[in-house]
Amino acid sequence: MEGLAAEAYGYLSAGIGAGLVALGAGLGIGRIGQGAVDGTARQPEATGDIRTTMIISAALIEGVALFGMVICVLLVFK
Amino acid sequence: MAAAAEGNNEGGGVDILGHILDSNEWHLGPLHIPLPQFELFGIDMSITVHLLMMWIASLFLLVTLITSTKKRGLVPSGFANAIEALVIFLRDDVIVPNVGAKDAPRFMPFLLTAFLFILACNLLGLIPFGATATANINVTATLAICSFIAMIVGGIRHNGFVGYFVGLIPSGLPLWLMPIMIPLEFLGLFTKPFALAVRLFANLTAGHVVIISLISLIFVLNTLAVAPVAVMFALAIYLLEIFVAFVQAYVFTLLSAVFIGMAIHQEH
Repeated sequence: MEGLAAEAYGYLSAGIGAGLVALGAGLGIGRIGQGAVDGTARQPEATGDIRTTMIISAALIEGVALFGMVICVLLVFK
Repeated sequence: MAAAAEGNNEGGGVDILGHILDSNEWHLGPLHIPLPQFELFGIDMSITVHLLMMWIASLFLLVTLITSTKKRGLVPSGFANAIEALVIFLRDDVIVPNVGAKDAPRFMPFLLTAFLFILACNLLGLIPFGATATANINVTATLAICSFIAMIVGGIRHNGFVGYFVGLIPSGLPLWLMPIMIPLEFLGLFTKPFALAVRLFANLTAGHVVIISLISLIFVLNTLAVAPVAVMFALAIYLLEIFVAFVQAYVFTLLSAVFIGMAIHQEH
């Protein structure tokens, strides 16, 4: 197998990158969920505050994940 | 979404991007309304779909808010009740804890406008034949620039022009750290609105791409058997998109409030 064309490398790396981004986001938000559920189990009165904090943190981490996704999409179209 | 179902009759490739990018024609199913295109001083000022959607969102907000808060009694009734609840929630839980009670009235108009406008634009994109204006990086970049201006103006007004930039660097640092901290803090000024813009843009665009891809699966695979599964998945993602619309508007407003608060009260 000869070397792939430059475009093929771009598509390949975009695919792998997107997978890694999803992996990172999944792990991060999973840990947030774990912390939120643990906190709610310890102190059910704080459910509302914990839920709000969880949603904000999840949105921020998804923001970072989507940065990576935007780079992958840019790779596909260059 | 109806537009996505209509235009994907190619068996192999599917024009996903065509349904997300801005265009000069409003696609209403079989009807393609061309929007006026004109140039002003050499700059392309033609009316595009996203611009039209922004106008519709602004018009909707103006009409809804003005007519429902017209009767200014002490106790609001009807829809004004809901709007007052929303405004009080934003003021007491988002703006005042971050900006401080003294400066809150100064920044509330901008932050409330940002929240309601982003929410209206996001939700308009989920209606059939609507397009998401906030899925356009130019729109989100402009909103982030408005946040940036609010940050800088608030900070300079409170701390003085030189005082603001001097206050960017935490006090009590050893001198050899300064060459690292100064460019870092200065760059940090710009990464915050950049993150705001990209977060909003990417979240909205990604949701739409997923919905369009799922529906296009039916056309790409050229079978009808895939339809129930695809539509079920697309429905689930659609509901998630509604949730994301609210959350992203809230997060934009919250982070803008946090950054403005950080710019005003610079004691780290």
